[in-house]
Amino acid sequence: MSALNIKKGSSSHSAYDLRSALSEVEESHTLAVIVENEPGVLARVIGLFSGRGYNIDSLTVAEVDHTGHRSRITIVTRGTPAVIDQIEAQLSRMVPVHAVHDLTVEGPSVQRELALVKVRGKGEHRIEALRLAEIFRANVVDSTLESFVFEMTGTPEKIDAFVELMRPLGLVEIARTGVAALARGV
Amino acid sequence: MSKQMTGAKMVVQALKDQGVEVVFGYPGGAVLPIYDELFLQNDIRHILVRHEQGAVHMAEGYARSTGKPGVALVTSGPGATNAVTGLTDALMDSIPIVVLTGQVPTFMIGTDGFQEADTVGITRPCTKMNWLVKDTAKLSETIHQAFHVATHGRPGPVLIDIPKDVQFATAEYTPAEKAKVSHYQPRTEGDPAQIARLVELMEQAERPILYTGGGVINSGPRASQLLRELATETGFPVTSTLMGLGAYPASGKNWIGMLGMHGLYEANLAMHGCDLMINIGARFDDRITGRVKDFSPRSKKAHIDIDPSSINKVIHVDVPIVGDVTKVLEELLRQWRARGSRTDQRGLAKWWKQIDEWRAVKCLSYKPSSTTIKPQYALERLEALTKGMDRYICTEVGQHQMWAAQFLGFEEPNRWMTSGGLGTMGYGLPASIGVQIAHPDALVINVAGEASWLMNMQEMGTAMQFRAPVKQFILNNERLGMVRQWQELLHGERYSSSWSESLPDFVKLAEAFGCKGIKCDDPKDLDDAIMEMIRHDGPVIFDCLVEKHENCFPMIPSGKPHNEMLLSADAEAFRSGAVLV
Repeated sequence: MSALNIKKGSSSHSAYDLRSALSEVEESHTLAVIVENEPGVLARVIGLFSGRGYNIDSLTVAEVDHTGHRSRITIVTRGTPAVIDQIEAQLSRMVPVHAVHDLTVEGPSVQRELALVKVRGKGEHRIEALRLAEIFRANVVDSTLESFVFEMTGTPEKIDAFVELMRPLGLVEIARTGVAALARGV
Repeated sequence: MSKQMTGAKMVVQALKDQGVEVVFGYPGGAVLPIYDELFLQNDIRHILVRHEQGAVHMAEGYARSTGKPGVALVTSGPGATNAVTGLTDALMDSIPIVVLTGQVPTFMIGTDGFQEADTVGITRPCTKMNWLVKDTAKLSETIHQAFHVATHGRPGPVLIDIPKDVQFATAEYTPAEKAKVSHYQPRTEGDPAQIARLVELMEQAERPILYTGGGVINSGPRASQLLRELATETGFPVTSTLMGLGAYPASGKNWIGMLGMHGLYEANLAMHGCDLMINIGARFDDRITGRVKDFSPRSKKAHIDIDPSSINKVIHVDVPIVGDVTKVLEELLRQWRARGSRTDQRGLAKWWKQIDEWRAVKCLSYKPSSTTIKPQYALERLEALTKGMDRYICTEVGQHQMWAAQFLGFEEPNRWMTSGGLGTMGYGLPASIGVQIAHPDALVINVAGEASWLMNMQEMGTAMQFRAPVKQFILNNERLGMVRQWQELLHGERYSSSWSESLPDFVKLAEAFGCKGIKCDDPKDLDDAIMEMIRHDGPVIFDCLVEKHENCFPMIPSGKPHNEMLLSADAEAFRSGAVLV
């Protein structure tokens, strides 16, 4: 995206018309894939990525419509514009796939990830960890005399930043959900 | 009144409702209830194969020669794994087939039970869609849906895995018309605006070419008819991929021959030099494009394909048209006629003159011999002696396949069955049986190489048992010819494991199967021998001993562009260095 000087999510029109399909620059895209909630559908989607050599940076999946049997898979992937187009086309033609949305080009979107971060420390380190958690609006969900588990949601970048700050303060373990994303507005 | 029945009966009922007349299969523990139901009825004919791979290729041959989906029925575990090659073959060539597999009972799944395999897991990447049905109540609907998916959009193989207890259990049968209509409804109408753009380009083109593929055949006979109208009304030259042969007749005025790695000189140079390429139902396969960077560098390209993922996958095109070939060609012709469109006559005349100059190279010429049968000669004679007959041709994979594509002429679609995408040696013999079962009175010939043919030769037993009078025309060079050719041209003539040692005596083999064997090694006897094969009422194994070191030309070494084609005369001057795929 940066190579073409288009601000991410700045246009509500299809950005495919703006960028060169032949560009060799890799871009990160967030795809929302609405699928039939049936056995094997996730394996099918993941198999497409591994079988055709596409990247998965993050993947989340859960049922979002129980009566309609729909699940939403959110995939963050990387590739040249041609590869991203291929990924969308390949996903779209799968029988159990109902819709594919490229949230990166379809307009502004909200992207959030949840992380649980365990930090061990005493004294100054412990106080500093708590202070930083407050700045990042992370909640303490477990506490012992020498450890905390923080819960925070935010963009992946914000979680990265928080994790980096916790590292010297006694970071023990991290669990991240991967990105969930929705288009802004209706 | 609801109709209660067992899962096994449902399978047979659903197949009948789908109009299935023939099932190719092999029984085993996990499908015995279904075989029991097949035994109790007379509407569906069961063809007992000798190996499950054969069953799937037969279903493919049946499908490709009729346009209807082919059906195979195999057991769990090894039955299913043996079907994998056929499924992959059908996926690559977009052939609609429905494969039913037995599975261990639901309560045993995951316990490494006897003949258990994760069939849906194994076949997920090689089917268009597959299902494991764990509830009898959903079985009939799933089967109807499977037929819908296999035959709609870009056709392909589907698989239904049915545990044994699901076959025994009873539930209500859902008839086809009441089955939940699948949400799977791919777009078939092309965008009229894009078609209008193409019409404009066609009016301006000076060096146009119609590059057609298997999609024309898959779209049905009407598509071939429309293609012929388009070619006649525009005067544009027509070339085709291996998969599309027959959509436009080989005797047609605009036909310039097959393109691709072993395509004709004039076809490949026309692709390279054209200014407008109209891809109709082909997919820019690497055997067609050669080096992508240098593929047809000066042309505008339009691509008609029912599968959106085929468009811009390999070659970036200027006019993408997603839709079914029949519907798109209908709209294209409608617009062309409505606008009173004219082609650039002067440009076209010059283009055809150029093509005729390329044609004059006579790229298929070979050195004749009065003592040895040249494989090209054998096919020329086969063509001459069977032309005009109600003829279907299958092939195996290798040199003989390319020679068959070069030297046999196809006038109609669905008359040519060959493994294009996957390149499956062992495809032709079972495919020919599938074709013959569908067309009992036709002349069905499998042009084979001896090495490919041996891969599924057990199916001669099937041909005998079901009186399928298939003619196995084996061009026997006692070599893995195409491998040998590449080793000669690209691997310093080191013939690593590329000769057929310890071959059977094919005539004796034929006798062992109880069919007719013919051997011919003299060009003078060839015509009589071919006629003997055609006239024989029953399966024939024809052992045609041909020149052992003949190479197949023209050839575009992989990784080379179209204009760096090797003709037979250049072969000696060729130096290796191509990227080999």
